[in-house]
Amino acid sequence: MHRKYTLGIASGLLATMLSISSLSYAQKSATDEIAKYREMIADGNPSELYEAAGDELWKKPAGPKNATLEKCDLGLGAGVVKGAAAQLPRYFKDTNKVQDLESRLITCMQVLQGRDPQEMIDAPFQKGPKKDMEAIVAYVVTLSKGDKIKVSTNHPKEKEMYELGKRAFFFQGGPMDFSCASCHAEDGKRIRLQDLPNITTQKGAALGWGYWPAYRVSSGQFWTMQQRLNDCFRQQRFPFPIYTSDLTVALSMYMAKNANGGTVETPGLKR
Amino acid sequence: MKNIKSLLAIGSFTLLAIAMQGSAIAQQANDPKFNKMIKDGFKAEGIAGLDRIDQDATQKFCSDPVFANSKQGEKMREKIQKINMDTIKQPSDGKYMGDWKKGEAIAQSGRGATWTDKADTPVGGGCYNCHQIDPKEISHGNIGPSLTGYGKLRGNSQEVLTYTWNRINNSKAYNACSNMPRFAHFKLLSEQQIQDVMALLLDPASPVNQ
Repeated sequence: MHRKYTLGIASGLLATMLSISSLSYAQKSATDEIAKYREMIADGNPSELYEAAGDELWKKPAGPKNATLEKCDLGLGAGVVKGAAAQLPRYFKDTNKVQDLESRLITCMQVLQGRDPQEMIDAPFQKGPKKDMEAIVAYVVTLSKGDKIKVSTNHPKEKEMYELGKRAFFFQGGPMDFSCASCHAEDGKRIRLQDLPNITTQKGAALGWGYWPAYRVSSGQFWTMQQRLNDCFRQQRFPFPIYTSDLTVALSMYMAKNANGGTVETPGLKR
Repeated sequence: MKNIKSLLAIGSFTLLAIAMQGSAIAQQANDPKFNKMIKDGFKAEGIAGLDRIDQDATQKFCSDPVFANSKQGEKMREKIQKINMDTIKQPSDGKYMGDWKKGEAIAQSGRGATWTDKADTPVGGGCYNCHQIDPKEISHGNIGPSLTGYGKLRGNSQEVLTYTWNRINNSKAYNACSNMPRFAHFKLLSEQQIQDVMALLLDPASPVNQ
């Protein structure tokens, strides 16, 4: 209750600061004010609420098999959550696939709990089964906060996924001819006042990949990386990217590998 | 759009065959694995159908920036520009300039054409997303060049009018892989709307030229 109240005040302050800045300050200040806001609530990122719910869901028996996710192997061995997200996506022998966090969690839910993967894929973001997924993602990524991003392309399938992702990053389509690269392949660019990281560089990729999943102030929601990518494609005027498709995993592989050596700052706090 | 697309597709095939002969760098090889990944990666949603990932010659060419920017890609670049130049129609009523106030509203709006929009959602020009225009608007992007003072600097000779008209209609006529959408080619803006945006840039009364 106390936290909710504090967050309410903080959000109100942000709104005020943003409107003041758009009236009378130069562009630079808008990003400065967001940085200040980040500092203010750094001890109370709303993602913590999702993380707590995810922690519970991780340990709660569910699905037709009435089992927990505690034996889920995220790449560092069954049940090891700490540090796992910092090394994803990666190749998994049991599925013979490169998987990102969310596609891997679907595998765990299917194998351990007997749940139908299609249900999770089809569910809209922020609702039903996806809501559980989002909480679990918040829980898992919080346990990599502060770690170095360390994604491997040693396995041939990892290398292949990276190359496919790189190609997808530059793939133009839709009625506006956009690709990811239209906005994210040059330094120092902005859409309106929003700074755009150059994801083709290590520094830019770390700024993007390192801060998602994140709590999004403008929507008041916690967004997973899959949802973030989905909204990129919406704005690119593309059709709807299928949840956890190889396309989305490949793009994640491209971003994550480029970001290697950067710091995991998840869950981030975004505009 | 379909007709243009298939024409472009045929054109691209021919051009690709020419470009691949005797060049050290050729356009990226057609990779069935990549094609399948793209095809399986999307579903149609609302107005955003799967035809949006069928690339035309320009999109295909520009999806390979290494080749597109290379010496070897130069001939192809020129051909892509010509294909796009040939799609441009001059204003049917001979008028190049409309109402700058309406043009400002079009420049401000970045809406439309996403799967959360309806078919009748007006599409904005989204100009401020990438360009500085009216200097009083501080919330502008910088992917494209600043257009503040556009008309004041250039005047409005027929040459300037035609160039600006062409550039808004189809920017790829001048720069094959320009980041700017092809507003007339994909029917994002109507002729009237383009006339209004023209006025925003060129009308001496527009705040752009104060």
